[in-house]
Amino acid sequence: MKYALPVVLVAVTAALMVLGLYGTGQAGGTVGITKGSALHTAKADSPDQGLANLLAEVQRRNWDRAFADVSSSSGITEQAFIQDWMGSNGSLRSFSSLEGFDARPLHATNDEAQMRVRLHFSTPVGPLEDVRDFRLIREADVWKAVWPKIQVPSTPAEVIPVTFLRWDLVAGGADEEWGARNIDAPHVRIISMNAVDTAAGAVVMGEVTNEDTVPAFVAVNATLVDAGGNAIDQESSFDKIAHVLLPKQVTPYRIDFPNLHLRNVKNVRMDEKATLVPASADPVIGVMNQRIETDVQGKSVLHGDLLNQGGQTVNIPHVIASFYDNNGKVVWVSDGYVDRALLPQSSQSFAVEIPKNLSTAVHSFHVVVNQYSLGKS
Amino acid sequence: MARLVRICAVMGLAAACANAGAAQDLRVPDSAVAGEQTSISTTGSGKATFYLAGPGVSRKNEVALGQEVRLTGHDLRDAGYYLAILCSETCRSAGFYVSAGKAASLSFIVHPSRVPVAQDEAVNGVAFPFDQYRNLVLAPVNVNFRLNTKDASLFSRAIRTQNGVAWFRTASGKSAGALQVVASLDDLTTRRAVQQVASDPCNLRITGQRTKTGILVQTEPVHDCSGNVLPDGTIVTFTATGPEGRDTVDAPIKQGIARAQMDSSGATTISVASGVVMGNEIRVGAQP
Repeated sequence: MKYALPVVLVAVTAALMVLGLYGTGQAGGTVGITKGSALHTAKADSPDQGLANLLAEVQRRNWDRAFADVSSSSGITEQAFIQDWMGSNGSLRSFSSLEGFDARPLHATNDEAQMRVRLHFSTPVGPLEDVRDFRLIREADVWKAVWPKIQVPSTPAEVIPVTFLRWDLVAGGADEEWGARNIDAPHVRIISMNAVDTAAGAVVMGEVTNEDTVPAFVAVNATLVDAGGNAIDQESSFDKIAHVLLPKQVTPYRIDFPNLHLRNVKNVRMDEKATLVPASADPVIGVMNQRIETDVQGKSVLHGDLLNQGGQTVNIPHVIASFYDNNGKVVWVSDGYVDRALLPQSSQSFAVEIPKNLSTAVHSFHVVVNQYSLGKS
Repeated sequence: MARLVRICAVMGLAAACANAGAAQDLRVPDSAVAGEQTSISTTGSGKATFYLAGPGVSRKNEVALGQEVRLTGHDLRDAGYYLAILCSETCRSAGFYVSAGKAASLSFIVHPSRVPVAQDEAVNGVAFPFDQYRNLVLAPVNVNFRLNTKDASLFSRAIRTQNGVAWFRTASGKSAGALQVVASLDDLTTRRAVQQVASDPCNLRITGQRTKTGILVQTEPVHDCSGNVLPDGTIVTFTATGPEGRDTVDAPIKQGIARAQMDSSGATTISVASGVVMGNEIRVGAQP
């Protein structure tokens, strides 16, 4: 009897160890395993298992073992493979981790298979999803992924003369005469507003412009008011707006009211707030090759490339697009973060989704780029 | 709060004594000016207690009846209603008003600090005359307002204060630059500056030419409808629509001109806008 408790404890500990070894399947949370740990992985005797092994090791950031699941015919280095997952230059990917994945086969033969994987990343700006197609081949009796060659934008060493514009603010002293040196807040104006109902709730969207000659930090708030004149809810545009607007710049905004529907709303009160901020007109980012296409999942997506025409790295580019109908009315505003840094004189592709029910109504669109640079934003 | 209680107590005392028959009496000045000494004459004989309560003072001292009670300039620094009370066997009270002295400073607020040119009723200013003790001068005085640009006078008018305030509202000028706004009263002058800035672009036009790497498109010098060059940093949006899709570049104006490099190699239509103002549209042929 006196041995019963130690025996039970040893048995439970052993059971938990076994569970820990075999229980780290796909789509789990991020597991913080140090490099080179010896965890058991099932033999990759099928394409599904080969890919699952690879992604599970990526989740654990066990790069040696993950790279071992990549076919040597891929022709990439382990360093490039790691950089593909870990990101670089302070990009959003550098701050992200693979949280889970869902894979489904597209095509398979005895020696080759094509898998489509929906990758779920957790990031500081919320969950991000990426859909990638993987090709797997059988090498001996093990399935391995063929990793595509990674095109890392390389900027030649050069001097880029940038005569960029910058606005600085000088605060006046507290001892100054009253009314002697006041500076007004920038004048901004909401130039369009549209409220729609969606399955997720009410959405208020439109565009706002800085009509002034100085930069403005802009936030748009909306209050939904019922028939009795009472405020039902108040929300702000949060990150669905380019907050820093240079003179005459226009940005879309979108304000979401989850679980609220317009049938209960009599009025929408809009309120734009602007404050004077220091700002820089550099870098200029071109939005190239914009086109609306249907992606592999059948969704309408606005694709394009961001081209950094300046000399500074943009660590986290953020794209906000407004979509218009035939009458020029804003019918939707979408946004998306690009998880790769935008290096000087280089481009990165982006995609933002258009809701299925609006894809036929969209006649034109306008894209603005919000930029976050480390040490600057 | 304690001061208020004291004043109320003194006023209560005065009210209680107001109708009481007494040998002593006091005579307050018909008019008094803030910061200037004055006196209150008393009648009767013997000793009495004198109380003075006003916006900035509350004092008590012994006085000899039949002599004048001297009120120093320091006692009467704050303009407003004062109550004098004289108590011997009974109390007598009288009130008098101290008005602000001669204007010694002119507070001047001008709005806005930046204004687009050629806007109606866009500039306004308010002036408040104060005496040397910061009492608002309520007596009507003429304040001269003048608005000058570098080379022209936009506005000049004398406005009489009402209840201590004089104000104006006028249109902004036609040329960008500093607008000097001056308010003067006798030998007092207060200056403010308003920055007149270019208004919306007018007749926004672009030209484009094919280069080895795409299309270089640029605006003609961007002016407003009054001919002022738009300030550097103003965003001009170029949109190129070609067979590869649509390209947009938000380019800032530098030295009056905005430029952008577009990638398109096919036949391309390029349009331009700045804020809510649209410009012309050009067509550039495909790369040979």
